[in-house]
Amino acid sequence: MTAKIDVVRTGIFATVQDLGRPGLAAIGVGRSGAADRGSLRLANRLVGNPEDNAALECVLGGLVLRFSAPTTVAVTGAPCPITVGGRAFGSNSPIPVGPGDELVLGMASQGLRCYVAVRGGVDVAPVLGSRATDTLGKVGPPVLSAGMTLPVGHRVSPHPGVDLAPCALLAEEPVLRVTVGPRVSWFVPGALSTLLTSVFVATADVDRVGVRLEGPDLSRARDGELPPEAAVPGALQVPPSGQPILFLADHPVTGGYPVIAVVEEADLDVAAQVRPGQRIRFRLVKGSDGSNPLHHSRGPRPAK
Amino acid sequence: MRVLPYGSRAAMVDFDDPSEVLGLHASLEQDPPDGVVELVPAARTLLVRFDPGRTHHDRLAGAILDRSTVDVSPRETAEIVVPVRYDGPDLAEVAAAAGMSAEAVVRRHEDGTYVSAFCGFAPGFAYLTGLDPALHLPRRSSPRTRVPAGSVAIAGEYTAVYPHASPGGWRLIGRTILPVWDVDREPPNLLAPGTRIRFSS
Repeated sequence: MTAKIDVVRTGIFATVQDLGRPGLAAIGVGRSGAADRGSLRLANRLVGNPEDNAALECVLGGLVLRFSAPTTVAVTGAPCPITVGGRAFGSNSPIPVGPGDELVLGMASQGLRCYVAVRGGVDVAPVLGSRATDTLGKVGPPVLSAGMTLPVGHRVSPHPGVDLAPCALLAEEPVLRVTVGPRVSWFVPGALSTLLTSVFVATADVDRVGVRLEGPDLSRARDGELPPEAAVPGALQVPPSGQPILFLADHPVTGGYPVIAVVEEADLDVAAQVRPGQRIRFRLVKGSDGSNPLHHSRGPRPAK
Repeated sequence: MRVLPYGSRAAMVDFDDPSEVLGLHASLEQDPPDGVVELVPAARTLLVRFDPGRTHHDRLAGAILDRSTVDVSPRETAEIVVPVRYDGPDLAEVAAAAGMSAEAVVRRHEDGTYVSAFCGFAPGFAYLTGLDPALHLPRRSSPRTRVPAGSVAIAGEYTAVYPHASPGGWRLIGRTILPVWDVDREPPNLLAPGTRIRFSS
């Protein structure tokens, strides 16, 4: 008998995610996938899955799942209370589950997104090579709702033989490393240093597309619109309001606002755990000189 | 053309002449410099994503600036003919704004030969260049909350076919039954960048 997962409750918002569908931006499809990729990978490793198996991503916990057959699960990402069949378990650990058992995630105490992996992977039908739900592009499986049943797959690796993966707690005031963005010249000369020396607060407008931030204005030196150009996760796009938006997993494939700086890929997992109201800072990556961004050109040069 | 840094895993090539975007795209696609993992064309730019373990910005920028983009025509693909019924709700308004009859709008739209320049906004939403300048009009002042899939529309210098029902601010001049996007088809997008397109009623 193939194992199944009944979704009893979803909490605020829950989706199926894997590592996404890279390489399709030219046809208008973004990478999508887990917002905190490191936590998805870890959850998979803890249950003996290949790292790219599909698992569940939920916001602030609150997810309740019932399993039809004995299996192993793991919960990673934002730490939250976990019970299986009424017994308490910890995050970042393989958890044995019996047939009919309910896995209940409580409210996450810090961070934003929790990941639940099940041995064998969540086996919904892939779309364009991935089981990720792209909430903006509307590609992939539907957003989870109570009453849904999810098939469990058979794609496994050996059990890892660990009881617990130690994970650092999210910093009270995370510092995200950035490099200079392609349109830094669209801003007044002091804008980049304002970005690097100020505290920004995540507004309530936080989803898989991005984090809208509030802080001192990053003023533009020129008006006008930028024709649409491709974006990447981590891009800090600045609309005319001067308040930046940090792009996450489901960001638009192309955007029309200038990008002042780009958060390092390695820090995007932390960015995906920033909750509304949290303060963050940005720091320039060593060796990337903001005053003289690497810049190459060909074509007419000014006469000497 | 300039090569601008875009984080530690991408470079953005910025063009003065937008017609060079597809040329460089085709050249880099046929013979990618070491470490290139993805190319994303847009209106005036080409994003080049790379593997930082295999190359770095300066090296890639050098390789890109060495490329000739002279004389690159649209990819040698069969021309796609999109059948259209020109009965869009904005046709009369477009005709009035362009100072011509609705029949003349249709004729000019049909006479054009288009090239898919880039995709964005939604999966499979292709911005097609080649629109008659007499039909270059701004978007609607207030976007519609729902535009039906298959709507044929114009905005600025572009024309497009809405691949899915979605909100949208373009001016709707017709509709097609041709599914330009189908995830179960390989490739899912009929109008990938570089494709030549004609509309026929």
